Parts: sequence; structure tokens; C-alpha cells
Amino acid sequence: MRIPILKLHNYLLISIQIDLDDQSAIQFQEDLLSKIHQSGATGVVIDLTSVDIIDSFIAKVLGDVVTMSDLMGAKVVLTGIQPAVAMTLIDLGIHLQDVPTALDLEQGLIKLRQELEE
Amino acid sequence: MDFQSCVNINKEWDIVGARQIGRDFARKIGFGTVDQARIATAISELARNIYLYAGTGKICFETIEEIDRKGLVILAVDDGPGIAEISKVMEDGYSTSGGLGAGLPGVKRLMDEFDIISEQEKGTEIKAVKWVR
Repeated sequence: MRIPILKLHNYLLISIQIDLDDQSAIQFQEDLLSKIHQSGATGVVIDLTSVDIIDSFIAKVLGDVVTMSDLMGAKVVLTGIQPAVAMTLIDLGIHLQDVPTALDLEQGLIKLRQELEE
Repeated sequence: MDFQSCVNINKEWDIVGARQIGRDFARKIGFGTVDQARIATAISELARNIYLYAGTGKICFETIEEIDRKGLVILAVDDGPGIAEISKVMEDGYSTSGGLGAGLPGVKRLMDEFDIISEQEKGTEIKAVKWVR
């Protein structure tokens, strides 16, 4: 399953609305990086509002894609992590400390704009 | 123990299937949203371990009822290579597959009870229990 990546000015917006299997997660990682490369986007928001499970594999893929995008020069913000997901991630021992996050899409765009202006 | 339902793990997509079935099971027993997420995440980790290290196996679910409490038992069974050093795999950050090494110690924290039996060249059996609060 391919996850749609939308372009808005110099941002890319992604809303993950499927139950992510490993293959789709890896595919998404590749798709996002090539879309950053093609479009020259400087900011990315990945919205996780509809995601009700993040296990250690998906967490690794998401953490990695943030670092990879950063290497390419695009800032990524993860938004909309559900309370239950935040709690299970901590139980798993995954803190995603260097990953920028925001409450929702709107806050995520504000955060991106601030980071990119700095 | 006679298990109510089992999911075979043969391909990667079965990881998603197992956690969806497990979550439904947990909801029917009466677990809240957060515990449903904990259970589904634990199943995902167990199923992935089967898929990655043993190739095939199964995950079974069973309701347990005692006089004053009710819970869910998850049993993950495979006849893969077994785990040589169980104390190592229970350490946070230990991984032989390039993962985060959060899987088994994570499952232990997500669930209330956790038991692992593994024999080299025979396979691994993990039993985990979560009680409804």
C-alpha cells in the first residue's frame, strides 16, 4: 500500500491512515526521500492522528526517516500522536528524543515555519 | 490450555493480522483503549520476532477468568532456532537484526506477566498475560 504525499508550497504533508505493515513503512520511507529530492521541499509534516499502533519497527522507521530527511536538508515534524500510542512507546523504551513533534497538523506547520526561519 | 483462537505467522502481513485480531479480542474482554494498544503492540513485537527469527509460528489468544479478575493470555510459539542467551534478548537495546532491541523487554513491560521458554534447535514459547483493570 502506498501512502500519498501531498505538496503544499515548500512543504510535504502526509497523513498516515492505514495500519502500517513493515513493507508499507519501508516503501513510505523511500517515497518520502525521493519526493523531498524531486520537489526541493524544506519541511515535512507526518500526521499520525489515525495511527493507533506504533511498535518498535515502525518507531525505528519513523525515527530514521526524520534523520534521513534532515541529512537531505528537510525538517520533519511528527504530529497527532495519540495518548495510547505515547504510553506504549514509553513502555517499549522508545523515547524518540531528537524527533520534533507537535499536537496536531496546525501546530506542526507553525513549528516548521519557526524552525525554518531560525 | 485449549486456546480460543490462533493466528499463523508465515508472512510479513500476518504481523498486522495478528495484532488486529488480538486487539478485537482485547476489546471484547473489556480492556480500555490504552491497554488495547499495549496488547496490540505486544502482539506485533511477538509476531515480528517469529517472522524474523523463526520464519513461521503462531500466536494464540485465550481469556482467563478467576474469581476476582479477568484477563487475556497471549501465547507465541515457534519451532525456530531457539534463543541461545535469553538474558541477552531481555536487555534493552540488544538486537541481532539491526532493530531497536526494544521488542522482548518491551513486551514484558507492556504486559503484566511474561514467561519465556526456549530450547536451541527446538523453538521458543512465550506466554504473556494482561489483566483487565
